Amino acid sequence: MNYFITLTLNGLASGAAYAALALSLVIIYQATRLVNFAQPALALLSVYTAYTVTQLTGSYWLGFAAALTTGLLVGAFVERVIVRPIARTSQLNAIIVTLGLLLVVQGAVGMIWGNEQHGFRYAFSYVGRFSPADVFSLVAVGVVALLLFGLYRFTPLGLRMRAAAFHPEAARLSGVKVGLMLTAGWGIASLIGALAGMLAGPPFISPNVFDVVFVFGITAAVVGGLDNPFGAVIGGLLIGLGMSYVSGFVGPELATLTALAIVVIVLSVRPDGILSRPTARKV
Amino acid sequence: MTSPTTEREERSTTSGAGAEPPRTPRTSRWGSLPLPARHLLLAALGLAAVTGLLFATGDLTALRIAAIGYTMLAIAGLQLLVGGSGQVSLGHGAFMMIGAYTMALLILHQPMLPLAANLGIIVVVSIVAGVAVGAATARLHGPYLAGATLILAVGLPGLTHRYHEVFGGSNGLNIRTAGAPPFLDGLLSTSEWRALVVWTTVVIGLAVLATISAGRLGRRMRALRDDETAAAMAGIPVGKTKVVAFVIASTAGGLAGGLQAYVLGTVTPSSFTLVLSLTLLAALVLGGIGSLWGALWASVAIVYLEIWARDLARAMDMSRNAENNLPVVFFGIVLILILRFWPLGVHGALQSLRARLRARSSSS
Repeated sequence: MNYFITLTLNGLASGAAYAALALSLVIIYQATRLVNFAQPALALLSVYTAYTVTQLTGSYWLGFAAALTTGLLVGAFVERVIVRPIARTSQLNAIIVTLGLLLVVQGAVGMIWGNEQHGFRYAFSYVGRFSPADVFSLVAVGVVALLLFGLYRFTPLGLRMRAAAFHPEAARLSGVKVGLMLTAGWGIASLIGALAGMLAGPPFISPNVFDVVFVFGITAAVVGGLDNPFGAVIGGLLIGLGMSYVSGFVGPELATLTALAIVVIVLSVRPDGILSRPTARKV
Repeated sequence: MTSPTTEREERSTTSGAGAEPPRTPRTSRWGSLPLPARHLLLAALGLAAVTGLLFATGDLTALRIAAIGYTMLAIAGLQLLVGGSGQVSLGHGAFMMIGAYTMALLILHQPMLPLAANLGIIVVVSIVAGVAVGAATARLHGPYLAGATLILAVGLPGLTHRYHEVFGGSNGLNIRTAGAPPFLDGLLSTSEWRALVVWTTVVIGLAVLATISAGRLGRRMRALRDDETAAAMAGIPVGKTKVVAFVIASTAGGLAGGLQAYVLGTVTPSSFTLVLSLTLLAALVLGGIGSLWGALWASVAIVYLEIWARDLARAMDMSRNAENNLPVVFFGIVLILILRFWPLGVHGALQSLRARLRARSSSS
């Protein structure tokens, strides 16, 4: 029983990071109908920036701030300069471009910082069951989810972003700068992705460190429903718990395949994720 | 046809079967042949071209030609799935892995079986795997399917660690395969023989794929891709067609993996990473998703971009880290640039070039 509680708490803590990455995927999917495969690469770049800043200044929190800023700026830059001209031509091409970005950034990080692992510290002490670092993960993701909810629900910027995503043409006619809203969405999403990276990166970072995290993140997003931020959080925690139980009771090698099983089971019952509504359409 | 180099054009005559040279009138003797026969003839022609190329080049190139062969088969299967039925699969590397491990295990435990039998067994195993995955994911669409197959690609290598005694863990399996048969001694080197074996399988596979794509099944898949609901209302069995498309793709992938194991003589989980699956799909779009020709450009790009990048890194005397990562970066940059300027990929660019040339020659 004790072991079970430990696994549950661990699962919640790692699920928080998956939820954050899922959130960043969902925000972009909502706005552009595009799964951003470059998300782990942007997070990687942010985390390595944080690593360098922390090395230079000795302050973890300065590095943390640098990571979030990098995420925001790089995300906005990528949308405006690389993705938008290609997204005009076809949706598949836009997805493939994010794949290309993933390859480029991962390789570039390896070229600059090396393929070997670097030690990367936690925000707080990670010792003990439900350590301060775990609490920080959960609280940070909870706060981000609430802030996002507030942004979309109560602020003019959020309203414009929703309008631009919901009906770009109508939004443009009402004076919303749709392009700017997309750029803002990518920036915010990548900022959250950078946060996910900061939570999931320690204790070691290497160019491939986020592959698995990303897989769980996309699983969480898909399970929760790509259209719903709360679904992403629920999905993330669900995946985190599932992984933790399977790793603890069966074996860590099977964790990824468990994610696959969760996806297949959940989606065969609800093909659009737990929290999304079915849509009717005319042919 | 206006391919830049004639050798490449000949080598892939098979894949151009879907796009007949339009100058040939349909009433000619060629046009009256049934489609499978035409594809098989083109396959034989392509194989002859590859053989000629093998004799003209050295041993090292033979291995590269073999690599282009099996990569092309894998991508051609993916082309039928993604370009044909519109299902985006990010887990194609997983099927290659299944084929490769099947080949290695067969050679290790049943060394008496001839290669053709091994390939036949790989086809059966791949079909089973394809049915299992295809049936499990038939209800998923778009990004949901992409996500599920992505997890498959990342998760499957984990099995080799779990069942260490069977799959050899992260060291993988090493196999020894027979070289050229004795009566060909002195005529063909081992790697040239292997390249020929690979291409024989590949051209047959491509002829089958081209025939499927041009037939009723291919038409049904394209109907699904364009509008699933409309296709269902027109009486096309949506779920079944999707699963069949998945099975065809997984079979091509499995065969490609088996051939890879046969050529390289070693199978490790680290050669079937997420990057492999992503690269296959990305290369397909780079080559051009609309035609089997695209698979040729894609496989040439995969094999040769890596070689060029490594040469470049060595010439510029880069550090080890840079040298190991340059191929990936190089590939990504080429991919982004091609999609930026030629949204239809290399094949689309060549087609529009051809159309422009023809327009010019007819107006003058």
